[in-house]
Amino acid sequence: MFYREAGQFKTNYKADQAIFPILQDKIGLGVILVIAAVIIPFFGNDFFINSIMIPFLIFSLAAIGLNILTGYCGQLSLGTGAFMGVGAYSCYKLVTIFPDVNILIHVLLSGFFAAIVGCVFGLPSLRIKGLYLAITTLAAQFFLEWAFIRVAWLYNYNDSGAIEVPTKTAFGIAVTGASATPMTRYFVVLGIVVALTWVASNVIRGRIGRSWMMIRDMDIAAELMGIKPLNAKLSAFAMSSYYCGVAGALMVFMWLGAAEVESFNINVSFQVLFMVIIGGMGSLIGCFMGAALIFILPIVIRSAPEIVGLNIGAATAEHITQLIIGSLIILFLIVEPHGLARMWQIGKEKLRNWPFPYG
Amino acid sequence: MDLLNEIFVAPFVLIGELPDLFVQTIWEGFVAGILYALIALGFVLIFKASGVFNFAQGIMVVFAALTLVGLHALGIPAWIALFLTIGVMALLAMGIERVVLRPLVGQHDAILLMATIGLTLFLKGAGESIFGGEPKTMITTELGLPTGVTDLEMFGGLVSLQHLDIAAVVIATVMVIALAIFFSKTRIGRALRAVADDHQAALSVGISLNQIWAIVWFAAGVVALVTGIMWGARSDVSFALEVIALKALAVLILGGFTSIPGAIVGGLIIGIGEKIFEVYWGGLFGGGVEAWFAYMLALIFLLFRPQGLFGEKIIERV
Repeated sequence: MFYREAGQFKTNYKADQAIFPILQDKIGLGVILVIAAVIIPFFGNDFFINSIMIPFLIFSLAAIGLNILTGYCGQLSLGTGAFMGVGAYSCYKLVTIFPDVNILIHVLLSGFFAAIVGCVFGLPSLRIKGLYLAITTLAAQFFLEWAFIRVAWLYNYNDSGAIEVPTKTAFGIAVTGASATPMTRYFVVLGIVVALTWVASNVIRGRIGRSWMMIRDMDIAAELMGIKPLNAKLSAFAMSSYYCGVAGALMVFMWLGAAEVESFNINVSFQVLFMVIIGGMGSLIGCFMGAALIFILPIVIRSAPEIVGLNIGAATAEHITQLIIGSLIILFLIVEPHGLARMWQIGKEKLRNWPFPYG
Repeated sequence: MDLLNEIFVAPFVLIGELPDLFVQTIWEGFVAGILYALIALGFVLIFKASGVFNFAQGIMVVFAALTLVGLHALGIPAWIALFLTIGVMALLAMGIERVVLRPLVGQHDAILLMATIGLTLFLKGAGESIFGGEPKTMITTELGLPTGVTDLEMFGGLVSLQHLDIAAVVIATVMVIALAIFFSKTRIGRALRAVADDHQAALSVGISLNQIWAIVWFAAGVVALVTGIMWGARSDVSFALEVIALKALAVLILGGFTSIPGAIVGGLIIGIGEKIFEVYWGGLFGGGVEAWFAYMLALIFLLFRPQGLFGEKIIERV
């Protein structure tokens, strides 16, 4: 009833292969973009934009990165946090070495360093898979964490061991640092995330993305059909790490303002992994849904008792959050292993058939 | 030249000059390795019987130790608290089997792994909510564990052995032997091995999978409790242990996912290896190499022998 594509005829190949072939989806996307680009900046206060929207978008980007690797190429990774760190530290070094270049270029370039590191740690995936690979990505996580502490060159030998973001302008407007308004940073993050999501959706539909999915579904069959596992797996690692690296650079430069190694520890890796699981493996929209749930739920749980009038400590709230998220993950895996994205799809199907149970 | 000297000559000269330090390092590594091996043992037990890669083993160690300390803090005598904790682990095992594993039976490996990651968060949240997040002291003397130090004279120097460490080694050995006997001589043990070999064949001769899974999670829970007591006595009972428990994953790669001797040998290699590497080669890297040595060793190992030292060869059929 609400989601009928009847009457929407495709007359050429291009229209048939569009990202959103159905009119309702196009309208939906338009509405979401208008909300994100006009309504939220117009009505949201600084707290909402700075503490919820910006990190939500950044984590969505990281989740897309991990989803490319885990959801589309089937290679489980526990090193997301470290790859984000590589992006952040390389962006910081780029800003130090080339202070005059536009900061946006630095952010986008820093992902390439993460991609190189990702490829190196992705090499074992050519011989092993599944749980074994997950453990080798732990090697990446702990080795890089150690490097962020011990290699003083990475944080310019300062005493605190933290990287601090200088004020940088792009096109005459302060984009990073203390003087940048949340609004400016929000628009920068939104622009980059939307652009990279669009790129990802096209790469995934294309030849490279399809070769990832073939490797995921059955690697031996894919090999027999002429897919080179080396190319497919390493390109997945590279692209995934690129996205994580850009997300890490954005996280430090647009959100935190300063970061230490703790900002990229194993808990971040797990957090992003949960976003991918709960959102749905192998789905881009799921990344946003998962990031929203995992990132915003703790904030709600923290503030819910205050609204009701109860006063529980910050530590208790944190423990309860863990308890709830842990149970949610198990519940999700039991009820719907394909995550929120799959639920959304089922919902769309129901809307389409409504008021009839079957179409 | 200096670098080559630092790598290939200086450490060995140091070993030759101070053999007592070397022996001490090996002993420290040996004890740490026993504890890694115990955590890995818990993983192997569950992996063999149910094919579930139990990421929550590390947190089960903390949870068991916390329960023990928490019960004792309520005024329950140590030994009764110990038995109560074993009871709690049994309930936990049954709960996990009923609530988590049974609905997920037949799902993909990665899904089961993630379920145990969810379980990790759940247990962590539950443990912190009930017992509080701050580190606690293990009730070492109340449990009758020895404390104190024996200094051995060796190579013109002193090697000091903590009695606690000696006790840890003895208890771990006894437990491994007990498990081995349990697996080979008892009815339930044989059923466990049957399930590990082939789920369907085991089902067809009348072995209840659900029951076996509950038992094996309980066994892993008891192993976790022993590990928790030992580790808690060496440092303290806190959730920092969780990160250390991840090292057991590297141990598993070395030893193979399905081999109990492999878990023990792997644990010892990693424990001793990382201590020696830290003491003699750590300076080259600026110290702190213990954090990643285990994983790097595992990574290198994987390139040459993916199935581990004692693991079954991975054969894939199309």
